[in-house]
Amino acid sequence: MYDLVIIGAGPAGITAGVYAARKKLNTLVITEDIGGQTAWSGEIENYTGYQFITGPDLAQKFEEHMKQYNLTLKEGEGVEQIKKTGDAITVKTKKGSYEARTIVIASGKRTRELGVPGEKEFKNKGLTYCATCDAPLFSGKDVAVIGGGNSALDAALQLMSIANKIYLININAQLGGDAIMREKAMESKLVTVYNNSQVTAVRGEKMVSGIKVRKEGKEELLAVEGIFVEIGLIPNTDFAADLEKNKLEEIKVNSNNETNIPGIFAAGDVTDVPEKQIIIAAGEGAKAALSAFKYLARHKF
Amino acid sequence: MAKSVKIYSTSTCPWCMRVKQFLNENNINFENYDVSSDQTKAEEMIQKSGQMGVPVLDIEGEIIVGFDKDRIKQALGI
Repeated sequence: MYDLVIIGAGPAGITAGVYAARKKLNTLVITEDIGGQTAWSGEIENYTGYQFITGPDLAQKFEEHMKQYNLTLKEGEGVEQIKKTGDAITVKTKKGSYEARTIVIASGKRTRELGVPGEKEFKNKGLTYCATCDAPLFSGKDVAVIGGGNSALDAALQLMSIANKIYLININAQLGGDAIMREKAMESKLVTVYNNSQVTAVRGEKMVSGIKVRKEGKEELLAVEGIFVEIGLIPNTDFAADLEKNKLEEIKVNSNNETNIPGIFAAGDVTDVPEKQIIIAAGEGAKAALSAFKYLARHKF
Repeated sequence: MAKSVKIYSTSTCPWCMRVKQFLNENNINFENYDVSSDQTKAEEMIQKSGQMGVPVLDIEGEIIVGFDKDRIKQALGI
């Protein structure tokens, strides 16, 4: 029986791990990957102590910090279910089952998918979820960016110096995001904005050759070789059926990171805490571990 | 005998940095091709891997797409 099982090893999970280790809790960290969204962020200029650091570098610093301590780490392991019975909480993964007195859920968020025919088939064959990674491969090509928020605008702006023509496919009546970015995209001759438009299918043979878009009841096939999906993120909470969530499927927590189930805490982007930032996730992770420590002390198991 | 390791990457891609970090940590020498500036290598990468996502690793002919730590370790025998 562990004192604490931490699910996830992004900024929240890793910081919770560091705090738990310093409180000498018998701790297990279960995670699919290390660093979470930080590991695939580009440039970070707002994590105190670093005027500039890349996402991968900061993720590596986090990892080194956590590995200084005596924590058990299960990497590459996804959680399937958590269940509380009496005073014990069982965490089931694809590879095993673990028991703990307390849990900190810090499983973060993942990229939202379109859910249309052809999406899975053409993933990485012209369709990508990482504009920062793959944009340079679409030099001189016609492409579509799906989404209307800051990440979609950011992708469109990156592509303005690379692609030949950019369709910006936005489901809402108007683009969202920051005004500065919106104006830059709308001023560009390369960008054509499709508002009120929904993607219905991805087309191609070996690689992407087009995208089907429905606008005000009419379907149109746009000839593109690249599709950049930037429609936000969804919380990784599939395993946490018994926990209360908000309408965005984020786990509800109070200011002590307690969920509706005693002994189960949550921290970072997976929760309904306002503002999703690396430094906030880290701080929330610290708070969640300290709350778990106090809970253990109170209950004298 | 060290294995031949090639990476097809872009300079902006966080996962490419992670792969390179991982190889450096394990003292593995590799050759890096920036496919955002080298069109010939970009085509070679697409042909080898049948897809356009970076990073792509070529470890002695074994093609690995993405930062797949377990497969990379296995291919390198580490």
